[in-house]
Amino acid sequence: MAFGHKHILGIEQLSREDIQLILDTGDAFKEINSRDIKKVPTLRGKTIVNAFFEASTRTRLSFEIAGKRLSADTVNIAGSTSSVVKGETLEDTAKNIEAMAPDIIVIRHGHSGAPHYLAERVGCSIVNAGDGAHEHPSQALLDLMTIREHKGTIEGLEVAIVGDITHSRVARSDIYALTRMGARVRLAGPGTMIPPGIEKLGNVVVCRNMLDAIDNADVVMMLRIQLERQSKTLLPSLREYARFYGLNPKNIKLAKADAIVMHPGPMNRGVEISSYVADGVQNVILDQVANGVAVRMALLYLVSGVEAMETQQG
Amino acid sequence: MVSAETVILDQAGVGRALTRIAHEILERNKGSDQLVLVGIRSGGDLLAAELNRRIAEIEGEGVPLGTVDITMYRDDLAARGSLPVGKTEIPFQLDGKQVILVDDVLFTGRTIRSAMDALMDFGRPSSIQLAVLIDRGHRELPIRADFVGRNVPTARAEKIDVQFDEQSVPREVRLIKP
Repeated sequence: MAFGHKHILGIEQLSREDIQLILDTGDAFKEINSRDIKKVPTLRGKTIVNAFFEASTRTRLSFEIAGKRLSADTVNIAGSTSSVVKGETLEDTAKNIEAMAPDIIVIRHGHSGAPHYLAERVGCSIVNAGDGAHEHPSQALLDLMTIREHKGTIEGLEVAIVGDITHSRVARSDIYALTRMGARVRLAGPGTMIPPGIEKLGNVVVCRNMLDAIDNADVVMMLRIQLERQSKTLLPSLREYARFYGLNPKNIKLAKADAIVMHPGPMNRGVEISSYVADGVQNVILDQVANGVAVRMALLYLVSGVEAMETQQG
Repeated sequence: MVSAETVILDQAGVGRALTRIAHEILERNKGSDQLVLVGIRSGGDLLAAELNRRIAEIEGEGVPLGTVDITMYRDDLAARGSLPVGKTEIPFQLDGKQVILVDDVLFTGRTIRSAMDALMDFGRPSSIQLAVLIDRGHRELPIRADFVGRNVPTARAEKIDVQFDEQSVPREVRLIKP
């Protein structure tokens, strides 16, 4: 099946077959990361601009390594050092980047919908690396790849997602991706952090408390408390949060014995996850990071094919 | 219009060709000491496994067997788009080895060019030799096969189809006229 997306703006736009193809492609590319010479010529001559208007270590590094391992030229712009601080609009910044003829712009932006806005205005491919509280598609895809690697399949799994669902673009993308692949998602978090109507997204249930969510789960996904997006009124204290919504050696026992523990990083140790669990045998957190490079290689490769064909046909 | 198909090698014919190639490989390389087989997906990987079975019959044991997928090394992204990428599995060192690259049909030579680029990324073999079941001509690069099952003169528009049964054993080779 051919991939038909020139842009990756969110999981919402992807079909089950699209996700399957991305994961299979990621599996194939993963082998490159264990070679002595970690580079293939697949995207030779392509230029990828990583435009990060919001802080990121892992995702930016991961996209940059992914592009470089495919032999693309990758260039990074950080919001804090760009003309944005001089008052340039997003559209003007993007048009200026476009004038230098990149093939792909990978964008992270604090505002939901910024990648969509650009996709309608520039000619190259746009890949969303996280937009506001909307979506973070590559994170959801690396989560799926990691789950599939450990569980063999995603269909029929019980997946608990615990934390601040409202502000989490990771949660939103994961919910789309997991339900589309046939998993059942259970959500838990403080009442102020569960968006009303979230269960309408598909095979999703909102649990009364964290223990119900992780009871007999195959996968426990902890979300980061996003201190930077928080107003104080949502959360009385971190200690209280840790007590009711933190994963610890005791409550993890409620999940299946072979359950895996995931976290998108960066972790707040002692808040949403105790160090004991974060470093425990069930954690697959660094597998997630490793798979992130492979899945981003897959995304860059797949959108490049569509972009290149479009360009050639004029 | 119905396209015309001719069987140019039947199961026994393919078997005899592979047995001969196995003997030729062992003769030219003076045994199987430093030998490894790498089949090109998809088709060449199955033939490489068949060749290894014959090498095992002759020498008593087979040689390391790998597969290479050349999609990442193609030169036609703009023309063909992003084709599905298969897995490359070379679970052994290539340094100093005599690599037999195996493919089903040798045509333009571009697949072989890509496969050699891929092998070079894995190490520095002492030599790479090419074994193909069918050589159909029409080379676009200076590449030739060291071991050939059958030379088949073809027109460019014709197709060669190597068919395998459910056990991945080659069944027959057909020439399909457009």
